[in-house]
Amino acid sequence: MLAMQLAALAEDPPGAAEALELVTAFDEALANGLGRLDERGTQAIIGLAGAVAATPLGDRAGEAAEKVAAGSVAGEHLTALAGARAALLGAVHDALLTHLDDSLGRTRAPWPPAPAEGSAAGAGPTAQAAAGPGSTAQTAAAVGGAGAAMGNLLVGCRSWLHELAITGWRGVGHDLASAADQAIEAVLAEPGLRRLAVLTDGLAGELRASSPVAAMEKVPVRRWADLWTRAVLLSEPDWLGTPEPAELVSGRLLILGVDVHEHATVVQAQVHAVLESAGGEARVVRAAVSAGKVDTIVGPAIWSLLEGYPVLTGALAGGRSVEITDMPLLGGGDLVWQEDRAAPQGAADPFATARVMLAGALAPATPPLDRHPARIAEPVFLEGYTTAKTGDRISLDGHDLAVAVDRLPSSGPLTPKLMATSTACVGLLRWDAGRWLLQPLAIQATVKKQPVEEHTGAWAQGPTDPKVVRSLARAGDAVTVLRERAGRLLRR
Amino acid sequence: MTADLTAWEQSSVTRVVPPLEPRKLAKVPFVELADGRLQGVVSSGSDIERVYVSSIAAGTYAYNCSTNNNRQCGGLTGYPCKHLRSLVDEAVVQYGIERVARYLRVPDPDSTDAGELRRSMLEGQHEPAPAAVVFSRFLRHLAYLELPATTAPLPELHWFPASGAVR
Repeated sequence: MLAMQLAALAEDPPGAAEALELVTAFDEALANGLGRLDERGTQAIIGLAGAVAATPLGDRAGEAAEKVAAGSVAGEHLTALAGARAALLGAVHDALLTHLDDSLGRTRAPWPPAPAEGSAAGAGPTAQAAAGPGSTAQTAAAVGGAGAAMGNLLVGCRSWLHELAITGWRGVGHDLASAADQAIEAVLAEPGLRRLAVLTDGLAGELRASSPVAAMEKVPVRRWADLWTRAVLLSEPDWLGTPEPAELVSGRLLILGVDVHEHATVVQAQVHAVLESAGGEARVVRAAVSAGKVDTIVGPAIWSLLEGYPVLTGALAGGRSVEITDMPLLGGGDLVWQEDRAAPQGAADPFATARVMLAGALAPATPPLDRHPARIAEPVFLEGYTTAKTGDRISLDGHDLAVAVDRLPSSGPLTPKLMATSTACVGLLRWDAGRWLLQPLAIQATVKKQPVEEHTGAWAQGPTDPKVVRSLARAGDAVTVLRERAGRLLRR
Repeated sequence: MTADLTAWEQSSVTRVVPPLEPRKLAKVPFVELADGRLQGVVSSGSDIERVYVSSIAAGTYAYNCSTNNNRQCGGLTGYPCKHLRSLVDEAVVQYGIERVARYLRVPDPDSTDAGELRRSMLEGQHEPAPAAVVFSRFLRHLAYLELPATTAPLPELHWFPASGAVR
């Protein structure tokens, strides 16, 4: 990224602030509960519905706002309002991403249009077909009886989400926070519903830890409204019927870095990379692997949960490229990772990849229903900047960019201190709470006059820092201890 | 009208639950602050097949320790047994003493006198409590490790960034 691009990026896209103001008003109403709206809350939901009036959602959102304002809150109304909120944030996402592409001169693939009615079966592989038998793609089982069984599982989650909306975050106590435990357990057992399961489990965990919410000084209104909205949409049976288009791809995968996600009961390592096909065409892709965990598995220990993917973790730890053959690539730029279609290759420097290939690589479109500013994670390369002492800000020719140092995972060697000494960085551009941020994935720095390079995925096959190895050894292997307990106690 | 919301309140990726500290799990594999109690599962020192369910109630500090089949722990002789002491020690490592003290409603949870806070938590009376609920929560906890790993993307996890690098 150049200083000039950074300067262009800093300007807000028109309309985004106004749209977010409507969202914030709705989020405040949701925090107080849609079951008993005051004047301001009523205005907020009418404002939200008004913003989508000219869209296909208009009629349903308008009717929902009217009914909810009159005090009659039914599930379908809440779904319509969640849809309106998602549409508004989707528009903000689109404005931000277009602005990013314009500022950086990035080319993005268009979203594949939906196949024409009736030709769906013959229109090439979908996520469903591409992911193969036993797939865990959300979309994989939206057929026949399986779909109906899953529909029943959704009911429990949905009624909890409705109760939360009616009560409002500020009315949530221990009982309501835990009321969905059984429903979530049932959804977790169904691989096709994993997205909904990890989302509702994460939300429930936060509400449990925050109960009674009335005692909280401040409520994370945007965050919980985001999670609620997505959960409401994911628990709609119709969501299952929209498989993401997919194609089979081959080529050399050049890794840029890994973004680690986790809450108490799940971990996901999402690799960002450039895929170079035989014809020399390059595009930006991602590959994610995830596993269930518990809250006591923290830091570098999380990698042992992903040991079933040695090619991917080996490439991260060893700084190698990977040759992939006929791997499914979803329309949103996500490879559905399959170890047996991946072969480790020689060393590949992420800085060289970022420097040489990133600017010309085709960026993927975001699937329409996933569009939200929090989903923006655009790989970038920066060098020649100065850093704040705390590492939380960089400056390029007088143009500042905040660094998301709180997104540096304890599972890797990259720290705010290292960031503060860095001279070059491969990272993800993020957008949150009204500003752009840089999330570092890899840095080059000078420590004690020696050049060093660190990556968030450097410990993907175990820590390499002797201090961390010793402290892990002292604590004992959490995963092994718990698996032993599980083996002894779980099947009795 | 919304200008009074802080950046924290307008953030989508705000951290709500503080991260846990790593700890040795062999002796006390499970600790949680839930259902109005500090509760957990303590491995028996003598029998690898046996575990104890120990709990301390918020507010009253009423304690209990029994096997998962509800047989009272032999160590409860008018005082908290060693399992309960281990439970408190490990909870303090995992959550930090302030968070445990706050949950148990110990007066002055910000006090720097950790010994005093710890003594307060253990000065209640024995009161039978059902072990089965806690034990089944522990089994549910362990079941997460049995979930098959997946490679379908989970875009919702963009809301749950890993954090905590402070070394």
